[in-house]
Amino acid sequence: MTTTAEPTTAEIGKARVRKEDERLITGRSRYTDSITPPGTLHIAVVRSTLARATITSIDKSEAEKAPGVFGVFTAADLGAEEVGLPCAWPITPDQKAPQRPVLAVGRVNFSGEGVAVVVARSAAAARDAAELVEVDYEPLDPVLDMEAAAQDGADLVHPDLGSNVSATWIFDSAAAGTGGDIGEAIKTAEADDDQIVVRRRFRQQRLIPAFMEPRSCVVDPTGEQLTIWAATQVPHILRTMTTVTLGVPESKLRVIAPDVGGGFGGKIGVLPEEMLCVLLAQKLRKPVKWTETRSECMLTAHHARDQIQDLTITAKRDGTITGLDVHLYADMGAYLGLVGPGVPILGAFMFNAIYKIPALKFTCSNVFTNKTLTDAYRGAGRPEATFGIERIMDELAVELGRDPMELREQNWIAHEEFPFTTVVGLTYDTGNYEQATQRAMELFDYAGLRREQEERRKNNDPVQLGIGISTFTEMCGLAPSRVLGSLDYGAGGWEAASIRMLATGKVEVTTGASAHGQGHETAFSQIVADKLGVPFEDVEILHGDTQVAPKGLDTYGSRSLVVGGIAIVNAAEKVVEKARKIAAHLLEASEDDLEFANGQFTVKGTDKGKAIQEIAFAAFMAHDYPEGMEPSLDSDAVFDPENFSFPHGTHLAAMEVDTETGRVTLRNYVCVDDIGNVINPLIVEGQVHGGLAQGIAQALFEEANYDDQGTLVNATFVDYTLPSAADLPSFTTETVSTPSTTNPLGVKGVGEAGTIASTPAIVNGVLDAIRHLGVSEIEMPTTSQRVWRALQVAKGHSVQQTPSDTHSPGGGLGSVNPNSADPNNPKGETQ
Amino acid sequence: MIPAKFDYVRPSSVEEAVQALQSAGEDAKILAGGQSLLPVLRLRLAAPSTVIDLGGIPELKRIGEDDQYVMVGATATHHEVMRNDLIKQHVELIAQATETVADPQVRHRGTLGGALAHADPAGDLGAAALALDAEFVILGAGGTRLVPAAEFFQDYFTTAIGEGEILTMVRFPKYTGWKTHYEKFNRVAQAWSMVAVAVALKVDGGTISQARVGLTNMGNVPIRATGVEQALVGQAAGPDVAKAAAEHATEGTSAPSDADAAADYREHLAKVLTGRAVLAAAG
Amino acid sequence: MTEVRVTVDGVNYADDVEPRMLLAQYLRETLGTTGTLIGCDTSNCGACTVSLNGQSVKSCSVLAVQADGGEVTTIEGLARDGNLHPVQEAFRECHGLQCGYCTPGMIMAAVDLLGDNPDPTEQEVREGIEGNLCRCTGYQNIVRAVQSAAKNMKPGAQAPAGQTATPVAGGN
Repeated sequence: MTTTAEPTTAEIGKARVRKEDERLITGRSRYTDSITPPGTLHIAVVRSTLARATITSIDKSEAEKAPGVFGVFTAADLGAEEVGLPCAWPITPDQKAPQRPVLAVGRVNFSGEGVAVVVARSAAAARDAAELVEVDYEPLDPVLDMEAAAQDGADLVHPDLGSNVSATWIFDSAAAGTGGDIGEAIKTAEADDDQIVVRRRFRQQRLIPAFMEPRSCVVDPTGEQLTIWAATQVPHILRTMTTVTLGVPESKLRVIAPDVGGGFGGKIGVLPEEMLCVLLAQKLRKPVKWTETRSECMLTAHHARDQIQDLTITAKRDGTITGLDVHLYADMGAYLGLVGPGVPILGAFMFNAIYKIPALKFTCSNVFTNKTLTDAYRGAGRPEATFGIERIMDELAVELGRDPMELREQNWIAHEEFPFTTVVGLTYDTGNYEQATQRAMELFDYAGLRREQEERRKNNDPVQLGIGISTFTEMCGLAPSRVLGSLDYGAGGWEAASIRMLATGKVEVTTGASAHGQGHETAFSQIVADKLGVPFEDVEILHGDTQVAPKGLDTYGSRSLVVGGIAIVNAAEKVVEKARKIAAHLLEASEDDLEFANGQFTVKGTDKGKAIQEIAFAAFMAHDYPEGMEPSLDSDAVFDPENFSFPHGTHLAAMEVDTETGRVTLRNYVCVDDIGNVINPLIVEGQVHGGLAQGIAQALFEEANYDDQGTLVNATFVDYTLPSAADLPSFTTETVSTPSTTNPLGVKGVGEAGTIASTPAIVNGVLDAIRHLGVSEIEMPTTSQRVWRALQVAKGHSVQQTPSDTHSPGGGLGSVNPNSADPNNPKGETQ
Repeated sequence: MIPAKFDYVRPSSVEEAVQALQSAGEDAKILAGGQSLLPVLRLRLAAPSTVIDLGGIPELKRIGEDDQYVMVGATATHHEVMRNDLIKQHVELIAQATETVADPQVRHRGTLGGALAHADPAGDLGAAALALDAEFVILGAGGTRLVPAAEFFQDYFTTAIGEGEILTMVRFPKYTGWKTHYEKFNRVAQAWSMVAVAVALKVDGGTISQARVGLTNMGNVPIRATGVEQALVGQAAGPDVAKAAAEHATEGTSAPSDADAAADYREHLAKVLTGRAVLAAAG
Repeated sequence: MTEVRVTVDGVNYADDVEPRMLLAQYLRETLGTTGTLIGCDTSNCGACTVSLNGQSVKSCSVLAVQADGGEVTTIEGLARDGNLHPVQEAFRECHGLQCGYCTPGMIMAAVDLLGDNPDPTEQEVREGIEGNLCRCTGYQNIVRAVQSAAKNMKPGAQAPAGQTATPVAGGN
């Protein structure tokens, strides 16, 4: 820290309403699709309707003749047959990585893959012509089951790779020297009557990030640089990767992420369509634009989760955990996304969670199938791990006949044990699980609900009550560059910031963290206002444009504050140090005699002083400043964290299960999160609420299903059931704080916490409600049908298999299946 | 996405509409409120040559009555229907079912006639219309004909409306004083009915004297649960009676299987929801 | 091409449009009122919600030609004389938005809801905006914003200076 006087915290911690909002609530927004430079051409992508097929012919002739069409192109027509989209995370040296083309070459590998592109004067004309492109296919049987695909002799998605297993990644605490041997632990437990072995298989269903703004990009070649506007959360990475992919010099590219309508990891990719727009803009020398439809988004934007988790936990009968073995299959889909292979690997370090587990082994096989590729989605690897461990903790409690919270407490790291180095070698700096848990249980009325649960069980109430627990932690603030290096990640984890003191006293801050709804402009302004002692309103946060904020690694992994925010703090400190020299010079005092507080340099013991704005003006005028320094306060900083941050919390869900219909209702949700110091409680609350909704939606509502032909069944919002306001309750959220010791603000990440924590709390609660009726497992989402069926099985009734892939003739778009689009009702009036 | 190109006609009378329909041929589609049609057009699952918009015909929006019937013009919106005093007084079941349709914006545009003519088996109005013995006024070149609800719904998305014909009005016999309830079960608030049950009961001195029960999404078309009705008549409305009657709910159904619900689950739901609907209606 | 005459945010327009053009596209592409956004193809997300003749509608499920003769208010026309509508104000005060993409539609739906029901319960708010999807907020602060706006719009409530508490949409 600097030698500043008592730091002021007038802004930090204040529930500031957001600077960003005035524009957004009045419609003065600039999302990518709202940007249309004069002369813009529009593209429509002709997409495969089959999951796996050989392309036998493409007839473009009718489409080329259609009105307003500038051209119809295949990969060959664009000279792009060799182009492959980047994967930046080779998790093993021998990882098998197929070429991921901009347009399919010779064969298609998932339903929705681009085959050709039409360029026309309008989006409608492009779409009209796209329907005229005739593609003939020779269908092949799709590879859809990841577990079967991983076996020897399986039909291969990419025959040239020789296997569907892209990579198998192993962490073994014995080999790493960070813990014991899981093989030994299991052997010992099996041989010892005083120990227990619990094995469970859990399934992480496939999810779709479903950000509200469909993806879009505009590429304008009409300047010296090629300008790309994109609905992306990673403008800097997109710029570098465009160079890597297409060879356009990085210095000739400017990427702008204007207003971006949500991402949640779903906009972390580098897209075939983005690269197509670059190629076409270069070729046609006009601006080219792509905006996807929602259906295209559902089909082709990366999906997420989709793991099979086989867990074995060993414990002594007294409840002490002795080991955890984790085997995962992770479905990559047809190709590897930008960071997709690494997503399940991030979970490796989180299966031990808050518990003192002496031995842990993690084995993950990444598998190809003929489905949309998977990649990051809010939490990325950590929700999966948290689900696995928090679910099996409940299972262990059941097997041991213990209260699930009590069992957790017996095994978790006590607050006096921090800092604590875990079985995977991470050092948790701070935390207090007792504190968060105690507060959560109070707010929840844990004891009261347990009594009500007992009552309902006794009365055989048709609506049963369950209590779901998740005492989670996660690692975020991605990330220390050396750690990323050790994981073979293709980039560092630093973040950059610059501060410019303008002549008139206003402050411009650039950050490489590119916001898409998180409120960076507000939170970062609060930090700068405090650090420089300037009014909140005088701080302008600039981001999302590589020409304005040229250096950065963007926004994901709850890194903006804990990495990007610290870069800003460091830049501000440099500004103050430069200003101090000029202030000392102007005040004719020694630097050591100056105090800096509330934006004022004062000479100790006097009332002589200068405001930082005055110093900025003096630097601008440059008439009088110390020799040997530049007349500027402007400063840059790049911050590379030493460690992750480890937020944690206790989440409790009261679940009601209607045993007659199977309907599950979330009655009450309480969470108390420890995210260290809070910059803006309003924004924190919003992040937690939104995170909870997404995690709860995984548990209750969402699932991307494929039929046996490899067609995505839920390709619209009619079928992919996102919760509306009417499907969720209000949550009770609070924070407690053990400030992080690894950064000067004492902050921890919050963006993903709610999502990571909530899913197992919900499922544990559902099972807790009906476990006494004989139900021990229900796959996610725990739909009414699944719950009802589990109850029937528990009662010994035979029931038919849950179908998961059939098209419903009714239900609105009857419709989405073209074959049932009311062919018999040509005059069909509609509602 | 934008729909494929089509010609657009906005007639100002029903006669003009019929004429337009006939000259446009069989590729024409009628646009009432458009809340199902436009998504279908946008996804290009349908590409009609001509769209005939009934929105310019004021008489089709009217809701009126005579001694026996409440008459609802085909393009009266859901929003109007669910708040209309005549409907609430005499055919409250229709108002109750309509309240569960989609969301406020869709109810502002979507129409009673459009929804019924679309004949989506998961749509909410068919079961209520069937249970209430609604009658459909259909206009064609040869004039008007009246089709009872029992004959109106023919198959998925298929009704008795013939080629070149338009549904102009639906009339409902009055059920003044009946006790009614529409019990809808869906996956999320926005989702269509997995199963739903429409119940209307005439209760005299605590005894059910007449019962009308319709099922949504238990077959290709809305289904009248006559077995349930018979089991209710003459009984006092209570939990045991409701439960026993509900056991008949699956008679004559052919529930579909889809990702949300297999047929056996739908059958189970139909029974549970019927019991609940009867109790809720009996109040 | 078909002529459409429509008033949007107080300005009269007459344009020849393709019949297939959606009202949402007309607003965005022809008139440049890009404050209205499009989020889906199936009338689920509600991002495109505007007021048409006093009622909230999803402008992606209305043809521009169907709006002929009508009056449209978009999110851009909601503030009057430089003063935010109370619902806009409440969304800001209550942190009822994050990425902002659902916000125009959500606000227009909320304005309609309050025109219809000036004092909704939490459940009524939740059901009143069920036609609008948000992926960021978990809805909690949106619900809070709508209820807060309701309080501020009540007769006698302290409205922002120069602001009449009359909703532009909703009601029967």
